[in-house]
Amino acid sequence: MEFLFSQFLTGLASASSLFLVASGLSIIFGVSRIVNFAHGSLYMLGAYIAYSLVEHSGLGGGNFWIALPVAALGVALLGLLLEVTLLRKIYHAPELLQLLATFGVVLVVQDAVLMIWGPEDLLGPRAPGLAGAVRLFHQAIPQYDLFLISLGPVVLALLWLLFHRTHWGTLVRAATHDRDMVAALGVNQASLFTGVFTLGALLAGLGGALQLPRGAVSHAMDLQIIVEVFVVVVIGGLGNVFGAFLAAIIIGELNAFGILVFPQMTLVLTFLAMAVILVVRPWGLRGKPQSLAHGAAVAGGRVLRRLPPAAGKAFLLVAVLLLALPWLGSGYALNVATEMAIYALFAASLHLLSGIGGMVSFGHAAYFGLGSYGAALAAKSLGLPMELALLAGPLTGALGALVYGWFCVRLSGVYLSMLTLAFAQITYAVAFQWSSLTGGDNGILGVWPSHWASGPVAFYYLTLVVCGGSILILRHIVFSPFGYTLRACRDSEIRADAIGIDARHHRWLAFILCGFFAGLAGGLFAFFKGSVFPDSASIGTSVDGLVMVLLGGIQTLTGPVVGAVIYTALRIFVSTYTDYWRAVIGVVIILLVVAFPQGIVAWTADRFQAWRAIRPAVKTKEKAA
Amino acid sequence: MITFSVRGLRKSYGGVPAVREMDLDLRPGEILALIGPNGAGKSTCFNMMTGQVVPDAGSIRLFGRELIGLKPRQIWRLGVGRTFQITATFASLTVLENLQLALISHHHRIRALLARAGSLYRDEALALLRLVGMEPQADRPCSILAYGDLKRVELALALTNDPKLLLMDEPTAGMAPRERIELMRLVARIVGERNICMLFTEHDMDVVFAHATSIMVLNRGRLVTRGSPGEVRDNAEVQAIYLGSGAVYDADAVKGVA
Repeated sequence: MEFLFSQFLTGLASASSLFLVASGLSIIFGVSRIVNFAHGSLYMLGAYIAYSLVEHSGLGGGNFWIALPVAALGVALLGLLLEVTLLRKIYHAPELLQLLATFGVVLVVQDAVLMIWGPEDLLGPRAPGLAGAVRLFHQAIPQYDLFLISLGPVVLALLWLLFHRTHWGTLVRAATHDRDMVAALGVNQASLFTGVFTLGALLAGLGGALQLPRGAVSHAMDLQIIVEVFVVVVIGGLGNVFGAFLAAIIIGELNAFGILVFPQMTLVLTFLAMAVILVVRPWGLRGKPQSLAHGAAVAGGRVLRRLPPAAGKAFLLVAVLLLALPWLGSGYALNVATEMAIYALFAASLHLLSGIGGMVSFGHAAYFGLGSYGAALAAKSLGLPMELALLAGPLTGALGALVYGWFCVRLSGVYLSMLTLAFAQITYAVAFQWSSLTGGDNGILGVWPSHWASGPVAFYYLTLVVCGGSILILRHIVFSPFGYTLRACRDSEIRADAIGIDARHHRWLAFILCGFFAGLAGGLFAFFKGSVFPDSASIGTSVDGLVMVLLGGIQTLTGPVVGAVIYTALRIFVSTYTDYWRAVIGVVIILLVVAFPQGIVAWTADRFQAWRAIRPAVKTKEKAA
Repeated sequence: MITFSVRGLRKSYGGVPAVREMDLDLRPGEILALIGPNGAGKSTCFNMMTGQVVPDAGSIRLFGRELIGLKPRQIWRLGVGRTFQITATFASLTVLENLQLALISHHHRIRALLARAGSLYRDEALALLRLVGMEPQADRPCSILAYGDLKRVELALALTNDPKLLLMDEPTAGMAPRERIELMRLVARIVGERNICMLFTEHDMDVVFAHATSIMVLNRGRLVTRGSPGEVRDNAEVQAIYLGSGAVYDADAVKGVA
C-alpha cells in the first residue's frame, strides 16, 4: 500500500512537467492552429541550456535555481525568433505543410544539439536544497518530486489568472475561439501570435530545465516527449489547458502504475488509453469539435488531371532508362535505385490515403514496419521461401490497417493524425519490447532473398517490377470509381452521404488498401536490407514518407514518386558529405515549404500551364507581325 | 396515391420546441412550399425528412415505408433526391465527374477498382447537365463555379437517383432573380413530366407563389395553415406573421406618436 502511494506521487511528479510542455503546445495550437512538432525540441533545449548554465557558469552552489528561469527565458527567446523568422510565413499554408516545417526545425535542433553538446547523455546535479527525501508512510519521497507536484497546480493557476484576469489573456481566449473575428475587431494578430508562441516556448523550456535534477539529458528527449505530449494534448482536447492538466495526470499515473503491471508494455498502455478515450470522446476530454473540414484544407479544390500525351512519351523514356540501368550505372547506383523504388511505393500508398483520402497519417510507418516484420518472420520463423514471405508483408500490413483503421476513421483532422501516430508508436513499441519474437533492438537478421533474386541486378528488377506495377495499380485506383468515391468523401462528407455513400466505411477500405501496399514496400525492404529493425516503424520513417509526399505535392499523382526519388537521393547524397545530414535536410524542408507550398510537381505543372496559356497568344502575335 | 406522408412530427432542442405536431401528405405532381419566418422550424423539419436530424416523435413515410432511423444515404437509396441550402458539391471533381460519381453510386459501383470512373455513365451525366443547362461547363471543377451554377449542379445531383421525391432546401438562395425563375420553371417542368413530387423551403415569395401547387406556413414550430397559393395569400394569420399584426406599427399609432 505504501509503495503504491509513492508510485502515485512519482506519477504526479512526471505529470507536472508533462503538463508544462503540453499546456504550451495546447495554447499555441489554440491560437495559431499550428501543431508544433518542434515543441519537444524546445523542451530538450531547455534541459541542455540549463545543464550548461549549471555546469559552466561557475556560479557555484545554488545556481540551479538561477539556471532554471534563465534557461526558460532563453528558450522563450529562441521561440520568439522561430516564430518571427519561420512560422509567421506559413500561417496561411496548409496545415500539413506547417507541420512539416516544424519537423524541419526538429531535425535542425537535433543536429545542433549533437554539435554543441555531443552525443553523450549528460547528468545534471541534484536540485540544491531539495536533494534529500521526505519519509511519507514509510517511503522515501524525493523532495524534488514534491516540489514538482506542487508546481503543476501553481502553473495551472497562473495560466488561469493570465487568461482570465488580463487583457492579453482575454484576447488569447477570444482568438482561440474565433481568430478571424478577433482580427476583424482590429487586434494585431502578428504580435498576439508571437506572444502566444513565446509563452508556449517558455513553458516548454521550463519543463525541460525542470527535468535536469530528475535524470539524464539526452538528444532523444525531443521525440520522446513530443509523442507523450501529443497524447496528453489530444486526450485533454486541443487548445484546452485544463484538459491538458487532467490528461497529464492520467498519463503520468498510467506510466507510473503501468510499469508495475506490464513493465515491457508501458508505451502500449499509454496509447491504448488514448485510442479508447478518442473513440469515446473524439475531441478529447475537454475539447470542442474543430470547425474546419480537414479534407478541404488538404485538397484546396485542385482537380486531378490525367497526364498530357507528351508525358506518356517521357514516361516511356524513364521506363526504358530504368530497365537499362544495370548496364548504365554501377552496383551502387542499382542499390540506390532499388531503395528509391521501395520508398516510391511507400510514398504512393501514403499519398492515396492522405492526399486522395484526406486522412493525413503521421504513422504510415506502422504498415511499412508490419510488412517488414511480417515478411521477415515468415521467412525466418516459418521458413517460407521469399516468394511466399513477400506475400506475408502486404497481408500483415493490411491486417494492421484493418485494426488500426477501424479506430482512425472514426476521427478526423488533427485528431485522426495523432491517432495514426499513436498506433505507429504501439507498433514500434511492440517491435522494440517483444524481443522474443522480434529480437528487440537487435532486429531480425539474415532475411535473404531466394537464390534467383539474390544478385543486385535480379533484386533490382524484382523491386522495379513489383513497385512499378503497384504504383501503376495505385494510380489506376485513383481514377477508378473507388478512388473517385474516396476523393468525394474528402471533399464533402455531407454530400457523399446524400448520394448514398458510407464515407466511414469507404475510408476504412482505403486504409486497408494503403496498409496492404505499404506492407508490400516494407516486405521488399526487409529482403533488400537482409534485416529488420524497429526503426522501420518509427516516427522517423513515418515522417520520411510524409516529406516525400509533400515534397512532390499532395495533389498530383507523380508527386509522391518524384518526392521519394528526390528525398532519397538528397539523404544519401548529403549523408556522404556530412554527419549532420539531418540538419541539412531540415533546412531544405523548411525552405521548400516556404518556397513551394504546393509541392514541386504541382508547382512545375502550374508554371507549365501558365506557359501554355501564354504561348498561343505569342504565336498569333508573331503571325500578325 | 400518396407518395410521402408525415404524421405527428416533433422535435425540441433543450426543451425548446422547434417543430410541434407536423402533418403533411404529398401526391405525385405536387409541389409543396414550406414557408415561414426565421426560426419557424423549416430547416429542422427539412433535416428530419432527409435523415440528418432524428425527430423526438412522429413518423415519416415514403410509399408507406418508415424513414425515421434511416441514415441520409439510405433515404437517398429509397428514391429521395435532395439539394442543400448551402451548396455541397465535390470541389476537386469537375461538374461532369460530380454527376458521374452520383450515378456510379446509384448503380452500386462505388467500390469498383477496375473500371475507369471517367468513362462510366458519361452520357447519362451529360444528359442531366443538359437538362439543367450546365453542359457547357461540364469540364470545369466545381471549386470555381459561380454560386448560381452550383445550385444547378445540385439540382442535377438530386436527379441522379431517379427520385420519386425531391427535397430542396432554399433551391434559389443566392441566385440572381432571372436565374431563380428559370430554375424553378425547370424544376416544375421536371416534377410534371416525371410525375414525382417535391417539397421545398424558400424565402423568395415570388418563387413560392409562382410555382408551388400548395403552401404550408409554419410559425414557431407550429403549422399555421395549408392551402393553395390563393388561400394562403388571403389568410389573415399569415398576413399577420409576415407583415406584423399592426399592433406596433399601426398607421394610426405611428401618427399618434408623431
